[in-house]
Amino acid sequence: MQGSLESLRLEHVTRSFGGPGSLPALSDLCITVQRGEFVALLGPSGCGKSTALNCIAGLTPLTGGEIWLDDERLDVLPPEQRGFGMVFQNYALFPHMTVRKNVQFGLMMRGVLAAERQRRTQRALALVQLEGHEDKLPGQLSGGQQQRVAIARAIVVEPSLVLMDEPLSNLDAKLRIEMRAEIRRIHRELGRTTIYVTHDQDEALSMADRIVVMRDGVVQQIGTPEAVYAQPANLHVARFMGFRNLLELEVDSRAGDEITLRGPWGTLRGTAKQRLEGARAIAAIRPDEIAIGAAGAPNAIAGEVSSVEYYGRDCLIEVVFAGGLRLHARTPARFERGATVHAAVPPERVLVYPVSSS
Amino acid sequence: MRRLAPTADRTALLVAPAAAILVLLFVYPFLYGLVLSFRPDRGGVLGNYVKFFTSRSLWPTIFTTLRIALPATILNVAFALPIAYQLRRRSRYQKIVTTVLVIPMTLGTVLIAEGMLTYLGPKGWLSQTLQLLHLASSPVRLTHNYAGVLLSLIVSGFPFVFLLMLSYVSGIDPVLGQAAATLGASPWRQFRHVYLPLLLPGLAMAFCLAFVQAFSVFPSAVLLGAPAGPTRVISIAAYEAAFEQYDDSLASCVAMIMGAVQLVVVAAVLGLRRALYRGPVSGGKG
Repeated sequence: MQGSLESLRLEHVTRSFGGPGSLPALSDLCITVQRGEFVALLGPSGCGKSTALNCIAGLTPLTGGEIWLDDERLDVLPPEQRGFGMVFQNYALFPHMTVRKNVQFGLMMRGVLAAERQRRTQRALALVQLEGHEDKLPGQLSGGQQQRVAIARAIVVEPSLVLMDEPLSNLDAKLRIEMRAEIRRIHRELGRTTIYVTHDQDEALSMADRIVVMRDGVVQQIGTPEAVYAQPANLHVARFMGFRNLLELEVDSRAGDEITLRGPWGTLRGTAKQRLEGARAIAAIRPDEIAIGAAGAPNAIAGEVSSVEYYGRDCLIEVVFAGGLRLHARTPARFERGATVHAAVPPERVLVYPVSSS
Repeated sequence: MRRLAPTADRTALLVAPAAAILVLLFVYPFLYGLVLSFRPDRGGVLGNYVKFFTSRSLWPTIFTTLRIALPATILNVAFALPIAYQLRRRSRYQKIVTTVLVIPMTLGTVLIAEGMLTYLGPKGWLSQTLQLLHLASSPVRLTHNYAGVLLSLIVSGFPFVFLLMLSYVSGIDPVLGQAAATLGASPWRQFRHVYLPLLLPGLAMAFCLAFVQAFSVFPSAVLLGAPAGPTRVISIAAYEAAFEQYDDSLASCVAMIMGAVQLVVVAAVLGLRRALYRGPVSGGKG
């Protein structure tokens, strides 16, 4: 089974905990992961992403659906027969074993001979840049080093699939960014298929080939980082991907996807991302896609700067419009509170969603 | 730093009442007994000890007691470990089984002995049932002999060992077992390579505590055993010296020897424990 994976298919995978009437932790997850792909499961805590990973690993039995690895049905196998490598959120290193023994564990279980074991362990430790720490116990290592041991332990067996459950969430910000690149490099060098669970959209965007956005156990969108970032399928995804300005407005007119909304200051043109019903809709706008400047631009609205937060490279300003509506915008220019500005967003970057989906 | 030291000293004073009680109720009687044991009615300073190790009615009690206490302890630990391991996940099932298993602890030795005499005696239910089913041709004797004492030590000692083991087992992060599983370890190997090594220090501790309890067996050795012969344990020897021969000095000597034997066994087990891993039982941060 090792290394031979062509595709992993999840078909209507469902897992519910507890009694009848309670919502399933994961419902009807369908996705096919191709060999060599890096897929991120993204969502807030409790969205079912870790449940999905545990279902794939075999640590949580399914209550519905099937998992297939090429032609082999997987969900009926216990975890030890699936041959996947898993990196746990708290690393789950064996505290009584040295770094070397930890990394060798999977090889021992597979009955790999001592010389070969030694060679592969050394190579895995080199890959995560931990040579020289072989005889230390996990308790003697820093968080980042423990994390590397966990990765080495998971990949040394050359699994067909590497599963990672928020592996960076216990690290500090600087190390987290370093390790992102590291994990990405290891993924590339080994050509392994990786499924990565995270609640951090930056992590998902920068690492994954494809992102699965989840909420309340239900998949919201599956797409490339570009698609998920720029064209969120619904309001939840938009909110999660940083569309901070959500304005509920009246629908003035529509022509295909092009929607015109009406506010107290006038009209706002936007693009529908879902079928709209009813007289009201929500316009989602990302702060960094608002241009602060001249009056002539399309969708330009005049407002007053009500607060300024300085971030170094740019500022986050809050602009109040006629009727009390507020917009947050990022701008490299400096403004004083009380200044009158024109905020403009191109109509294709005003994404319009139905009200009911919130 | 200079300011911190007096504060620390004052906090240490909080131990004083407990220490005083310990000195009053344990250290003083112990030392009193120790001194008393070296002041026999007849013979020199070591008269009692010479008597103990030369008398056929005294020195064999050490081995009689060990012959009961060691198997009882080993069996208790051997039963408690797998059951506690199976119950390591918190569940309603765990609560029910734990309650049932722990009940004997609340009963006390004498009540257990009373029950066992009735049920396990030659005319008790067990013996009668076995004969009825033709599994035994003559009445089965499980009381007033070695088996009776051993059984009672298992009944009364098991809950204690089990509770200790349960707390050790449930203290181990279950994610470690899952990690081992994803690396290809079967349930047995998860236990063998991950849980067992992390449990051994606790196992040694539980063994020591259970052994000390079992070694000082008295009521069940008298009530369920054959106190004149096969279950003449060391505490019976001490009791006879004190309350039948009124030889407090010899009784103290027996008590001292009893303590010394316990100490030797505990020291041996803890010595083995030193060789084991004793660090945290969770896998990293989190």
